Amino acid sequence: MSVINYSSREITFKIVYYGTGLGGKTTNLKQIYNKVKPEQKGKMISLATEMDRTLFFDFLPMDIGSVKGFKTKFQLYTVPGQIYYNASRKLILKGVDGIVFVADSQIERFEDNIESVENLIENLEEHSLDINEIPLVLQYNKRDLPNISSVSEMDEAINPWDTAYVEAVAIQGIGVFETLKTVSKKVLQSL
Amino acid sequence: MSYENLSIFEQDFWEINNSLNKLLTATNASALMLIDKAGQMITSVGNTDSIDLLSFSSLSAADYAATSQLASLLGEEEFKEIFHQGKKENIYITVILSRIILVVIFSRKTNLGLMRVKLKSTVKELEDIFDQIFKKLSSGRKQQKESFNDDFKRAAESELDDLFD
Repeated sequence: MSVINYSSREITFKIVYYGTGLGGKTTNLKQIYNKVKPEQKGKMISLATEMDRTLFFDFLPMDIGSVKGFKTKFQLYTVPGQIYYNASRKLILKGVDGIVFVADSQIERFEDNIESVENLIENLEEHSLDINEIPLVLQYNKRDLPNISSVSEMDEAINPWDTAYVEAVAIQGIGVFETLKTVSKKVLQSL
Repeated sequence: MSYENLSIFEQDFWEINNSLNKLLTATNASALMLIDKAGQMITSVGNTDSIDLLSFSSLSAADYAATSQLASLLGEEEFKEIFHQGKKENIYITVILSRIILVVIFSRKTNLGLMRVKLKSTVKELEDIFDQIFKKLSSGRKQQKESFNDDFKRAAESELDDLFD
């Protein structure tokens, strides 16, 4: 749900990074945080465990500047990927305007990706949201690792909507901005 | 989608701010914030200079959401009020029409009982205002579409390109 304030002339969108545990969601946000100019970002908040695993969410507010007189802002959230944090994951999806699904390309995580997509669909349904109606981008992450599924295998397994995907090595920043740009444009198109 | 966009127009915005300012004066609170349940701030009044408002909004919404889930685990629909007590500063959170979160930040200068009494009439006022806003929104989708036409989208996309290059 975007919030449009015609008085202060601001528009804000919420983008959620979803996906399996240790897939690279937080890494995406950290890369964005490190590379965006200070005036275009707020403080990054991570509600994480002592082991640096996301407990509730990471949050990064971004300000893309004034567009036709409207201050345009994107708020980026990640969800905790681990299966037993589903209650938290569901909460973060509230009012979402766009979703990035970060898939782990490693062969041993193939089934986890499928499970996580199914979990996303279910959790959206609980908010009465249909995945077909939400701007969605898939990020096939960890493409630098040796033991990975092919893009076509991943597409077949987790992209029945034939939506845009980006190949990425988030830890090196590869594909991170392209993913964010793609989802942001989709969100704007759906406005 | 059950969750439509929230658009707030000039006049409603000033009515909301007037209502919040009245409460601020009547209770001597430090600051008040209105936040939508997705964590996005709608407006704030009072002394917010030392507060990171974006972080505060996102965390307040998360706090409220987590507490609501605790309520449902106990078979309650929701906890309508949340109170956090600190040594100097306190936070009181309540909800408007189940969609908007009102956060009051206050210190020892504020009497909690008095604040809760005054808050009730503010909540009623805000409920009326937001009720009107939601009615307008359900009948006025067209107006929003016109404000954010293709020109806006093109300009926004160009800003995005610059941001990431």
